[in-house]
Amino acid sequence: MFSYLLIFVMAAVTIAIRFAPFVLFRKKAPAFILYLGKTLPACAMAMLVVYCVRNGFDSMNDFLPQCIAAAAVIISYHLKKNTALSVFLGTLLYMFLVQRVF
Amino acid sequence: MKRSGKEAFRDSLIILPAYLVLGIGFGVLMNAKGYGFVHSLLMSVFIYAGSMQYAGVDLLCSSASVFTTALMTVMVNIRHLFYGVGVLDKYKKITKHRIYDIFALTDETFSIVCSKDLSGLDLNDYCFHLSFFNHLWWISGTLLGSILGDILPFDYTGIDFSMTALFIVIVISQWKNSSDHLPVILTFLISAVCLFLFGAGDFLLSSMAGIVIMLSVLRKTGGEKDV
Repeated sequence: MFSYLLIFVMAAVTIAIRFAPFVLFRKKAPAFILYLGKTLPACAMAMLVVYCVRNGFDSMNDFLPQCIAAAAVIISYHLKKNTALSVFLGTLLYMFLVQRVF
Repeated sequence: MKRSGKEAFRDSLIILPAYLVLGIGFGVLMNAKGYGFVHSLLMSVFIYAGSMQYAGVDLLCSSASVFTTALMTVMVNIRHLFYGVGVLDKYKKITKHRIYDIFALTDETFSIVCSKDLSGLDLNDYCFHLSFFNHLWWISGTLLGSILGDILPFDYTGIDFSMTALFIVIVISQWKNSSDHLPVILTFLISAVCLFLFGAGDFLLSSMAGIVIMLSVLRKTGGEKDV
């Protein structure tokens, strides 16, 4: 049941954020909000990357597949600029590496 | 469907591959973590925010607290505040389905709405159909992924990496669109230090606090001059 509560919280907060500008700043948002809006998204994503790889430093068998797959994601995204393609390729490569190689 | 609706449908096809693949990835990931299509669909219908849903998988699995979950949602989705600001004028003129259009304003829908020349189109029809079809692709992907996990006897070990990959891609694209990389570099440092000091359990709260403090300090010291 707790999982439903968490989903509700995520949905409620997301909806509140999406409606907030239409309710709060009909004309102009405060400077600090605009500043956070510019800087926070990139930071949040960088933090999530660290969060995702948090368990990958225990051994070489955890570390190497993560590094190789991450490199594949970065290179393929540089070349093709296609989010779905890079996510698909990187995940497939990672699954292959952890299941068959390491 | 009228002309504006058809145009919206055509534009939504640009988003279709990404939403289908990421939606399928989300469904498969949820399935691999033991959450069936009810959880996945609830999330895709009512949260409808890709990166938050991927981050949400981990929150669900680790039974994060309500507070951590709410704070994480704010961090990941705060950018939507500015999407709203960006289409304020356009969306003010919408008279039909406005509530739904605002609810369904994702990164991708926003990018189309704000770059599209809407003159000559029925604003109500265009925005509603664009929002609706994008939402539909996302939900279809999720459902497909959710079912796929059940009917395809396949070893899904490592599927978690789809989350990592998505966030890496977003970091690169944001990096390229920004001239000031200091906040992101400092975020990597702060997060790494928090992970080392507090471990995975207290990682999220401590690094989120660290990031907001870091940003306020940067702003005070004039790290960002153009705002």
